Amino acid sequence: MLDELRDLYQEVILDHGKNPRNLRHPPDANREAQGSNPMCGDQLTVYLTLEGDGTVRDAAFEGQGCAISMASASMMTEMLKGRSEAEARALFHSFHAMCTGEDEYEDHEGHEDHGHGHAPPGGLPGGLEDEMERLQVLAGVRQFPVRVKCATLSWHTMVAAMDGEAKVSTE
Amino acid sequence: MTVILDDLRRSAAPLDVERLRADFPILAKPVRGRPLVFLDSAASAQKPRQVTEALKDFYETDYANVHRGAYLLSERATERYEGARETVRRFLNARRAREIVFTRGATESINLVAATWGRKFLKAGDEVVISWLEHHSNIVPWQLLRDELGITLKVVPVGDDGAFLFEEYEKLLGPRTKMVAVAHISNVLGTTLPVKAIAAAAHAVGAVVLVDGCQAVPHMKVDVRDLDCDFYVFSGHKLYGPTGIGVLYGREDLLKTMPPYQGGGDMIASVTFEKSTWAAPPARFEAGTPAIAQAVGLGAAIDYVESIGLDRIGAHERDLLQYATQRLSAVEGLRIIGTTPGKASVISFVLAGVHPHDIATILDRSGVAVRAGHHCAQPLMQRFGVPATARASFALYNTRAEVDALGQALDTVREIFG
Repeated sequence: MLDELRDLYQEVILDHGKNPRNLRHPPDANREAQGSNPMCGDQLTVYLTLEGDGTVRDAAFEGQGCAISMASASMMTEMLKGRSEAEARALFHSFHAMCTGEDEYEDHEGHEDHGHGHAPPGGLPGGLEDEMERLQVLAGVRQFPVRVKCATLSWHTMVAAMDGEAKVSTE
Repeated sequence: MTVILDDLRRSAAPLDVERLRADFPILAKPVRGRPLVFLDSAASAQKPRQVTEALKDFYETDYANVHRGAYLLSERATERYEGARETVRRFLNARRAREIVFTRGATESINLVAATWGRKFLKAGDEVVISWLEHHSNIVPWQLLRDELGITLKVVPVGDDGAFLFEEYEKLLGPRTKMVAVAHISNVLGTTLPVKAIAAAAHAVGAVVLVDGCQAVPHMKVDVRDLDCDFYVFSGHKLYGPTGIGVLYGREDLLKTMPPYQGGGDMIASVTFEKSTWAAPPARFEAGTPAIAQAVGLGAAIDYVESIGLDRIGAHERDLLQYATQRLSAVEGLRIIGTTPGKASVISFVLAGVHPHDIATILDRSGVAVRAGHHCAQPLMQRFGVPATARASFALYNTRAEVDALGQALDTVREIFG
């Protein structure tokens, strides 16, 4: 039992959960969206500062939630900076597939690869493989189905901000 | 004399919990390879064999639609259904069985009152008083009515210990107060509200009183005549009964003045295409085929708790509450929210540096089921400045050993989160 829990609550997660990075409201943010998980009451706002070409200059968030949702939001904002919009979306898809244990691209690829085949067609753009490696610490949620939404809330919210949607709910 | 002495002896004797646990087959089934420690009965209680067997027996021997008296089976089904109504009447000490309306649950009972009594008797400027301790089901129906009719919603504040502030309540009462709708016991904090005094004060200004008794009926004897409330509602599933069945008690003179809630079969006196007339209560509020078997199951659940004795159940739960309060207070950084004297066997708590959702996940892996979240009482969470709490609630089948298991699991949380 403890092993599984240790796998979910790894040091990195506890650290990000206790000391979330980029927990702030950037004054120059030009995109934002609110995410909520009505089941547990978690709420957060994701702020993005996008350049004219869609590059993420700054990413931050505010809100409160469990260790998993805080750590996920914290790590996400760290790795979004400097990424293009396409890269951010690619990371979201890979991360989402990792958390749910489903490779949503398997149909396109025509093969099944549930273990590590989280890459979209054509593979991840440069450098994103390393980010996915870092995000592996959150893969433990697969053993805790009700917690998957905690891990993906900030990512859904980030995509909503990019799409210009004000609110997203993981109900 | 002997009978009285037996009764006295019985009411004083502690529960034989191990024997009672045998009535609940689910409690013997391991969860994640560990013994189940079920501490979420305030959300929904587990069901004893006496209830599940009553359902099975009813379906296998007496089942047919009710109030279609032309054949024997329907007669028998009607007898069982109306027998359950009489059981509920006795349970609440209502004057007449026709004051008992079967609904889908407390939520529907409150919506029924808001939609029928509320729409008929409330108008713009009238005031409905609720408390900060309410479940969403006793907030939202009144908000819907507010938006529709332009009535005002007033909220009685709570103290830092979770107490209903009676003096503040009295200040909110006035000539415009038409309805006071309060919980009997808070589902989050366990606070027991002084509903008898609340009703008396409300009646003094001419207001009608609705009491949400969901969290009270599993733990204490309720007498609607003694409380002198006008409406009393509860859900069957929190009282060890089936889901899909609940109760609305309403004073007969009030029920008679209320229009139907839904239209359909069974609720009419006569129907022509020009005009229909309504049946008398309770049939007026039971359109369509009701939850017949569930009503029978609820009757069996009431028989079950009464055969044990609500006084003894209450005493057992108070012992667990006291024991658990001590044990949990020993966990570093743990804060119990809701500490009023006489509270029910519900403990809401937060743990410094650990979100309730993380607590519940770790407890779950230890086989301990608790609720984590806002408990359908978001305003109360805001009042205490927390996004959520973890909640352990105790029922007749819980034991001190299970409290120990909860304590150990919380120690594991501390171990993981440091």
